[in-house]
Amino acid sequence: MSGDRQAEPQIVAENLVKRFGSFVAVDGVSFQVGRGEVLGFLGPNGAGKSTIIRILCGLLRPSSGRALVAGIDVARDPEGVRQCIGYMSQKFSLYRDLSVEENLRFFGGIYRVPNSELPERMRFAISMAGLGGREKALVSTLAGGWQQRLALGCAVLHRPPILFLDEPTSGVEPTSRRRFWDLIHSLAADGVSVLVSTHYMDEAEYCHRAMLINQGRLIAVGSPQELKHSALGGKVLLLECESLGPTLAALAHAPGVLDCSVFGNALHVLVSDAERSLSELPAYLEQQHLRPDRLERIDASLEDVFVQLIAVDSAKQSAAA
Amino acid sequence: MKLRRLRAIAIKEILQIWRDPRSLMIALLLPFTQMFLLGYGVNLDLKHLPVCTFDREGSQLSQALLKHFQASQYFAIVRNVASYPQLVSAIDHATCGLAIVIPPDFSERLNETGTAPVQAILDGTDDNTANIAFGYAAAVVESYSADVQLNWLDRQGRQLQQIQPMSVQSRVWFNEDLESRNFIIPGLVAVIMALIGAQLTSLTISREWERGTMELLVSTPVRPIELMFGKLAPYLVLGWVDAAFCVGIATLWFGVPFQGTLLTLFLTTTLFLTVVLSLGYLLSVLIRSQVGASQIALLVTMMPTTLLSGYIFPIDQMPKFIRALTYLLYSRYFVTIIKAIFLKGSGISELMTPILFLIVYAVAVMCLAARALRKSLG
Repeated sequence: MSGDRQAEPQIVAENLVKRFGSFVAVDGVSFQVGRGEVLGFLGPNGAGKSTIIRILCGLLRPSSGRALVAGIDVARDPEGVRQCIGYMSQKFSLYRDLSVEENLRFFGGIYRVPNSELPERMRFAISMAGLGGREKALVSTLAGGWQQRLALGCAVLHRPPILFLDEPTSGVEPTSRRRFWDLIHSLAADGVSVLVSTHYMDEAEYCHRAMLINQGRLIAVGSPQELKHSALGGKVLLLECESLGPTLAALAHAPGVLDCSVFGNALHVLVSDAERSLSELPAYLEQQHLRPDRLERIDASLEDVFVQLIAVDSAKQSAAA
Repeated sequence: MKLRRLRAIAIKEILQIWRDPRSLMIALLLPFTQMFLLGYGVNLDLKHLPVCTFDREGSQLSQALLKHFQASQYFAIVRNVASYPQLVSAIDHATCGLAIVIPPDFSERLNETGTAPVQAILDGTDDNTANIAFGYAAAVVESYSADVQLNWLDRQGRQLQQIQPMSVQSRVWFNEDLESRNFIIPGLVAVIMALIGAQLTSLTISREWERGTMELLVSTPVRPIELMFGKLAPYLVLGWVDAAFCVGIATLWFGVPFQGTLLTLFLTTTLFLTVVLSLGYLLSVLIRSQVGASQIALLVTMMPTTLLSGYIFPIDQMPKFIRALTYLLYSRYFVTIIKAIFLKGSGISELMTPILFLIVYAVAVMCLAARALRKSLG
């Protein structure tokens, strides 16, 4: 399926660079998004996710590189691109002093949705957002999750083949987030290409492919499965113990340990050889008068992958600087 | 330009105006407060100026002169003093704006030589009032002096015509009573329109920036020109309502005569509103904060319009450089137009020159505004 998608890319970014003065916000990023594909942008705040999305929407001009959206060069014909895309900005940007219906009708007018089709599309958007019965409510009176779903409804009202969603789930409660991702997938199933950014690492699981961005550069890309299996370069062990701090310090110098980080009240230890470490680590810790309560091999989560990759990348960056 | 998008913007704008009753009230009440405040406050007419007299003779003739002052509607004798120091103190304390001193030999000189000096002391701290008061005082003395001459001629048994071969019979057109209110208030309508117009639209784009709605708007296919016309249209209607209030107060309350046609007034007002509304819109595009845009709008409309539009201070009397500057001020053209419509009943053809200037202004400002709104964030 991945092959089909790449055959007709809806979004193509080639070596995009964006500088703000001497600050490089986006540093040579290239990727493609196929029809019906959900591509997730992940990375810490300030990694450059929003900047890339804004370039693709024609809101910012790239310093260099090329962006094609629906086959149109964004720099050459931004207006042509705008008719083909739906965009949800990071900051909620519907009119709070207008009602649900009035917002939808406004965007219907702006995108010139034919009058004959508008009522049907509005009904669809309202039911999709789960806002039936609240058509006349002012947007300012809606809870965050509903506002976000309405924003998505407004963004897809003109049936764009391409959607850009910039942190659509930030500040939304978990059940609403889940529901929002269901909506994204139902749109993708209809052939809509979706580029969605998030700083919730767990949401990468919902994407067909995830791209990890750090300090303006692309550091990993792949399906969640691929990333978990190959990107890490080691196996993950879970270690539960009384004294997290000293254990963490001790493990930094332990043989065979690549990295170690705190996850809740346990440690995730990245090792090159899981079997060897499982047998050798308890003795090593014993020497340091530390006693692990539990040590076992676990499947790496995407969060493990991203934390590890970002730490390595950031270390490389500061070493280079 | 697509009408559909323009309409969507206009409807959205109307809903937002409607949902913000406080701003709407301000927009609708401002003409009332401003018209009444400035309509009553700005008055150049002089009436019942307090006068102090120092009659050093106390004769029948001197008292007759003072009666002429008392009879004039411009003066009110509030005090008679018996010495110079008292007179000086009256001027110092501003209890009177004019002091009349009649010399002790007034009748004697009048009878012997036919002329007698009368001293008028004016409080020059308000030079405008002093000037007008001096003019009226001279007129009062003149009329008294004519009476004296008539008496003298009578006694000589001669007719007036024999010694006064020529006389000017003046008649003032368009504002026959020279009521300053009649020419100030039509100009005031222009000032208020300029003020409100730019205020209304100075908030429209900056509001979108501040609320974050602009980012989404920029990502849509809407064109700057559609956005501009869609946003200006509802405010033009609001501007018409304000203009109707102002004109209504001017004619019905202040009784300013209206000689022109409503059609001429409507067309020219629409043109002027277009200029001020798009000027406010331009500021809103350039300055992305609501407070900033509205402050600057106040600065570029109220101040120059009050001082340089000729609504109260005549442009002809300004120094050459300032006079040249007034040509850049859009409101000067509308002040000319609206005064002419109110007082002269001028039609479009007589007002063609200022109308053309306003059209040029409107087109220029709108082109600038449409270009200034680039659909980009960076």
